[in-house]
Amino acid sequence: MSKQKKILHKINRNWCKGCGICVHFCPKNVLELDKDDKVFAAHPDDCIFCRMCELRCPDLAIEVISQGNKI
Amino acid sequence: MPVQDYIRDRFFPHIWCPGCGHGIVLNGMLKAIEELGLSKNEIVMVSGIGCSSRISGYVDFHTLHTIHGRALAFASGVKMSRPELNLIIPMGDGDALAIGGNHFIHAARRNIDLTAIIMNNRIYGMTGGQFSPLSGHGIKASTAPYSTIDHDFDIMELAKSAGATFAARTTTFHIKEITSIIKKAILHEGFSVVEIMSQCPTYFGKQNKLGNSFEMMELFKKNTRKIGSNKKLENKNLIERGIFIQKELPEYTNEYSKMVKIAMGKKNER
Repeated sequence: MSKQKKILHKINRNWCKGCGICVHFCPKNVLELDKDDKVFAAHPDDCIFCRMCELRCPDLAIEVISQGNKI
Repeated sequence: MPVQDYIRDRFFPHIWCPGCGHGIVLNGMLKAIEELGLSKNEIVMVSGIGCSSRISGYVDFHTLHTIHGRALAFASGVKMSRPELNLIIPMGDGDALAIGGNHFIHAARRNIDLTAIIMNNRIYGMTGGQFSPLSGHGIKASTAPYSTIDHDFDIMELAKSAGATFAARTTTFHIKEITSIIKKAILHEGFSVVEIMSQCPTYFGKQNKLGNSFEMMELFKKNTRKIGSNKKLENKNLIERGIFIQKELPEYTNEYSKMVKIAMGKKNER
């Protein structure tokens, strides 16, 4: 795997309701809730691109995009 | 996300509470439809009344938001007139099995090619957390403050005895299973039932002290097992997940069109 690949967490803040499902089930603790209870990628470099946050988000508010090399 | 192409984003953010399992079902279902490569014009989504039935408003297919419990009856009508369309019927547990219980067993008996998705959150969420026929024994609800005394259905057993030719169960925790099972259910020719155990943190979770949305999802992980797994030996109370029935039987609309041909042939002979 290339170390140079960049993973982008596209978060729709208007749709996020801060339920915390993505934060809880992230295997690498990439995501956190901010003071407005909206999710943000606190440690994007740790992301392993499993996309479980995107798949489990009840609000369809997260999209994980891998830039560069495909895994 | 290609999933975004299938939704009516003007209605978002949706009406469901934070952490509601129905959103996860919507997410998994759209993924299944995307992977099958179905076009928006090939799908009709018919729903009744309830939290779960709001799903038909959020997807950009042909949609019908009909009366409580009668989604399967409307869907049967659509399927009879346009058998080439794929019918998906999202229902809640009360909508499918209390108010619409009779429609459910007869749609299953006829083996008409519909895909019924039952989002089982074991409560009537929209009206304030009353217990439903799927709540089960010893559950607290706003209409059962001292806990329920009646027992629940097993949807899989009910579907099996009513004659459904595809029946499967999964939970909102097992998101990849939701997608793979819904894909199989849509492709299956005949009546398919997919039960998805969903969480209602607002009512069911709060009244029964099961915690918030992800704690309830952890319970789905803990309390279920895949059909055939060895966990059964350790704990017999685990709920089974997976495909319970998958068999081929003559499908209703196919048989009906054969009947029409026979009748037309007889008419022309005269």
